[in-house]
Amino acid sequence: MMSLASLPTQFSCWWMVFRIALEERLAYRGDFALGTLMRFLPIITQIFLWSAVFESVNGRLAGYTLPDMIAYYLLSMLARAFSSMPGLASTVAKQIRDGEIKKFIIQPIDMIGFLLLGRVAHKIAYYTIATLPFALVFFLCRGYFSSGWPSADVLLAFLLSLVMAFLLGFFVDLCIGLIGFWFLEVSSLLFVYMLLNFFLSGHMFPLDLLGSWQFVVNFLPFKYLAYFPAAIFLGKIESSQLWIELGLEAVWLLGLICLARFLYARGLRRYSGYGG
Amino acid sequence: MADNNQIGQTKIGPNYLRVFLTFARNSLVRDMMFRTNFLIESVSSLAWSSMNVGLYLIIFQYATSIGDATGWGKYEFFVFMGTTWIINAIVQAFFMPNIEEFSDLIRTGGLDFAMLKPIDTQFLISLRKVSWSSLANLLLGSVLIGFSISQLATRQGTPWSLPPSVFLLFPMYVLCGVAILYSLMICLAATSVWLGRNQTLYDFWFYITNFSRYPMEIYARGWGIPLFVAFTFLIPVLVVVNVPARLLAQPLAPKANWEWPLALFTLFATVLSVLASRWVFRKALLSYRSASS
Repeated sequence: MMSLASLPTQFSCWWMVFRIALEERLAYRGDFALGTLMRFLPIITQIFLWSAVFESVNGRLAGYTLPDMIAYYLLSMLARAFSSMPGLASTVAKQIRDGEIKKFIIQPIDMIGFLLLGRVAHKIAYYTIATLPFALVFFLCRGYFSSGWPSADVLLAFLLSLVMAFLLGFFVDLCIGLIGFWFLEVSSLLFVYMLLNFFLSGHMFPLDLLGSWQFVVNFLPFKYLAYFPAAIFLGKIESSQLWIELGLEAVWLLGLICLARFLYARGLRRYSGYGG
Repeated sequence: MADNNQIGQTKIGPNYLRVFLTFARNSLVRDMMFRTNFLIESVSSLAWSSMNVGLYLIIFQYATSIGDATGWGKYEFFVFMGTTWIINAIVQAFFMPNIEEFSDLIRTGGLDFAMLKPIDTQFLISLRKVSWSSLANLLLGSVLIGFSISQLATRQGTPWSLPPSVFLLFPMYVLCGVAILYSLMICLAATSVWLGRNQTLYDFWFYITNFSRYPMEIYARGWGIPLFVAFTFLIPVLVVVNVPARLLAQPLAPKANWEWPLALFTLFATVLSVLASRWVFRKALLSYRSASS
């Protein structure tokens, strides 16, 4: 599609897209940093709740000690900061519905690339501001990380899983938004997805608590969005399994990228430009 | 509305009950116009709640109670959860949609129209809309409580019995809880007169009420004690669910010596919160400068 444009032009175009998105995001810094800090308030309740729950448990609950459990919630929050894509699916569906998507058809810009770059910029803006609150909270809670820093290769796997969590989160949400080509209104579908995501990603509780049911969630991609990075950091995944699991995640990711491309191509074919 | 008053009645003013019923009916008519949407909203709030039950079903597979010797076993805690849902459902159905709109009214200057009406402004902006679908959780909460109580009543060992006074006290304390939450909400919303926009404050409301969703004993330890004191006596969100839930679930078989004083304090706190919110609201109205035209 862009074969005619020279590589430098193409690059400067994408660079511009990225910068606009970045600046758009940095407009409300103060509100944003405060909001991030506040998002940790529920952690306080979680600490007290789990402390109380562990009183009637013999030290370990599904392999987790109390500090492990708190550390898990903190880490899964970090993972969610990478994988959550607020508003992506609904925006895509809305653009399809009111015909705004036409701009991607007539302009020499690939929609999926445009959206991805916009999200990367948003996330980078988010981390530059959110790093401070995150660092503060993790510092205050350092006592819960009882086994200290993991080894270098585990740390590398952890970082890799975070990056893939971001991409996976992006493409899952995008696919749901692209279903808008067929249904126009995806809000109820999105709701079902959010519900499943909350429960099955490990955002709500460590998936190990599911016991013998855990094999079900192991077959689904949701666990990579919150549970998997946290579990890597806490050493819950054996080193022999670690790289196999990461490989599986990459396969899921590849599959979702193909699906998104397929849905987009198919969707454009049946798209008829509603709205003005 | 004045002509609905009986002849001979000296006070001319709206009949608040009738006005409220009209609001409620209009909202219901509106909701019934979009029936599928209504259904989806009801089902979605039910789904979130059921997921919460799922989490605690999992937790209680490993643990016997929330906290040592607090008495919050599985079914006692489910009574607690049911109470939380009932209170939140009432708040969400009657107040939440209105008060969310309140800061918009301030920002856009739409509050002018509310103040011009010959009716109490706080009443008007608090109860204009009723979100009927939010009441789905009230039903679910009642079912959960009913089921849990039937389990408690037939449990082995220590018998559980319901004193008849609870039938009066439980609804009364649920309403107290609703009143406390409403007061808090009105106070937070009224601050948008001074702050303009306050999205973060709404998050704040969510996070504060988050504390009320668990038995208060869990905070009464170590560095939780300041929180416990602040959220019981300063901003009394901890008594909102705890007091009615304790009356019904009776986690401690002979009541602890602090339970009745706490219940008494809740009445006091309710009256105080409502008065405080009324005061804040009036102050806010006095500082309000129209924003439109």
